[in-house]
Amino acid sequence: MRFVFKTAYAQDLGLFAHGVQAAWYAALAVALVVVPWLLSPYLVSQLTFVLIYSIVALGLMLLSGYTGQISLGHAAFLAVGAYTEAVLAAKGWPFPLSMAMAALLAGAVGVIVGTPALRVKGIYLAIATMAFNIIVEEVLARWESVTGGGSGLQVGPLAMFGWTVRDERGMYYVALATAALVTLAVVNLLRSPTGRAFVAVRDSEISAASMGIPAARFKAISFALSAAITGIAGALYAHQLRIVTPDQFTVLQSIEMLMMVVIGGLGSVHGAFFGAAFVIVLPQAIAVAKDYLPPAIGQATGLQPALFGLILVGFILFEPLGLYGRWVKTRTYFQLFPFYRRGMFRRQKAFMKSERLR
Amino acid sequence: MQALQVIVSGISQGCIYGLIALGFVLIYKATETVNFAQGELMMLGAFLGLTATAAFGLPYWAAVPAALLAMAVFGLLLERAVINPILGQPAFAIVMVTIGFGFVARGLVTMIPGWGTDTHTIETPFRGQVLRAGPLVIAAEHLVIVAATVVLSALLYAFFRYSRIGVAMQAASQNQLAAYYMGIPVRRLNGLIWAISAAVAALAGLLLAPLTFVHVNMGFIGLKAFPAAVVGGFGSLPGALVGGVVIGVVEALSGVYLPEGFKDVAAYVVVLLMLAVKPNGLFGETMRKKV
Repeated sequence: MRFVFKTAYAQDLGLFAHGVQAAWYAALAVALVVVPWLLSPYLVSQLTFVLIYSIVALGLMLLSGYTGQISLGHAAFLAVGAYTEAVLAAKGWPFPLSMAMAALLAGAVGVIVGTPALRVKGIYLAIATMAFNIIVEEVLARWESVTGGGSGLQVGPLAMFGWTVRDERGMYYVALATAALVTLAVVNLLRSPTGRAFVAVRDSEISAASMGIPAARFKAISFALSAAITGIAGALYAHQLRIVTPDQFTVLQSIEMLMMVVIGGLGSVHGAFFGAAFVIVLPQAIAVAKDYLPPAIGQATGLQPALFGLILVGFILFEPLGLYGRWVKTRTYFQLFPFYRRGMFRRQKAFMKSERLR
Repeated sequence: MQALQVIVSGISQGCIYGLIALGFVLIYKATETVNFAQGELMMLGAFLGLTATAAFGLPYWAAVPAALLAMAVFGLLLERAVINPILGQPAFAIVMVTIGFGFVARGLVTMIPGWGTDTHTIETPFRGQVLRAGPLVIAAEHLVIVAATVVLSALLYAFFRYSRIGVAMQAASQNQLAAYYMGIPVRRLNGLIWAISAAVAALAGLLLAPLTFVHVNMGFIGLKAFPAAVVGGFGSLPGALVGGVVIGVVEALSGVYLPEGFKDVAAYVVVLLMLAVKPNGLFGETMRKKV
């Protein structure tokens, strides 16, 4: 067991709780930098996908995990980012600039869509974003002069200031750097007054409002930031896939993103990464497992959605803190070794909270 | 005259949306949770009806109540197994559970022999018949949909207005805690609400089957019922039906008079406009909690 004694205010302000933790993260950073030189190009590109999805999950975690709002339309923001990047990259903009533009545009769209819905109850945001996602899908398919219609847009290699990324490794490093920066930004945001306000709004809008936090405004800020982060991921996504088509950005995709944060663990930055890795690994695992199942089940087209659904329901019923919760429990078990008790993480008894008056 | 013809078919399509929306609203009023799997319940109901007519050889008029009853029991069990344990958790958890259940339902249906990924038709006694009213030509399927919707609404109205259980459900939906204090078994009522809602969904599925066939993804029509519920004001039963009809008519009209592509998004444009202009819907209750 380790006890952290706080002897200076700087300890409270630091990113890491203690030196050992900092050392672990340094080791992780080194491992992430070295790993593409040890793996096959296919695995490296899969890792890049994990990083890109992690950025999406971070954006959604900010909204869902920390502000408590449901969005069923984040694929639309991914689409806004990806198409912006595709168009601007074709015009020869350097990547950092076009990525910033993608983020700005996605954030601006988020404000326009989210503001009306956020004035009313929580569930309306889910419906409004879902409606928005379907409209965006249709617009992308119909607005052929800009988006190329149903056949989509080809995207060139990622290029900035005389450097063109031609292989998987280069793409991996760009994604890694972006993911690291976004993570740092999100972690710091959550420690700031704004981030604290998000959490307050999540836990109870009424008590947040009593403390002088305008709930509607902070929900809108959270939504805009979340959309902007997803836009950044969209810019990377466009370069990683090299083609953007409307059918990559459906409502089902949005639901998959939501699953990512729930399975990863709502309300934890780690959870975003766990969830992204899970969503990438599971289809591959299913593809391997298919051969060992009876053909009536293994060959059914519904196998993957059914498993996804089962896992999602299972996590919510039995492990509401997601993969991160499981990880924390395992860690605590070993930290406290013989003294871990089963009830340590038991859920508090919760009662229905009504949003209605009366 | 063409406009009238389009409106009539829009109304019957809208009744389907309305019925699905009715399912959402019933559950929302009772438990303040939104069931994103309503479309999948509808799909399951249609498949059960298909099995009853095709596999067991029941006549249509016997197959419909059988499917409704089966789905009601299914709804009850679903609530017991999945929803009841997490009541009281944030709305987020329940939304995700219903989404997850929708995925499971859609996935499992593809694995059941005889259901699978094919499209099926349910044989109905009124197939292909039309009613001519002056220059109007109305297909019997559409008439049956509208008639069934009207009858069902009347039944539900009477149930909530006059029966003991119905009144108890109203009380529980207005204030759960107070209902508990009055000795109303709120948890059991919640199960019953899910049963009713699943049966309504199954009815929508059976009515829709002659128009669109029975297949795994027919539940996606449930996504169009959300706009219907919002337009009517989430939490109002007549609102859900009116919202459904509004969405159905707007959709049908935009399919004829607007450029291609507008038909698919009309419902969603309407709901975004509605949220911007009148967020509480046509029949919504405008109440705010004072701090």
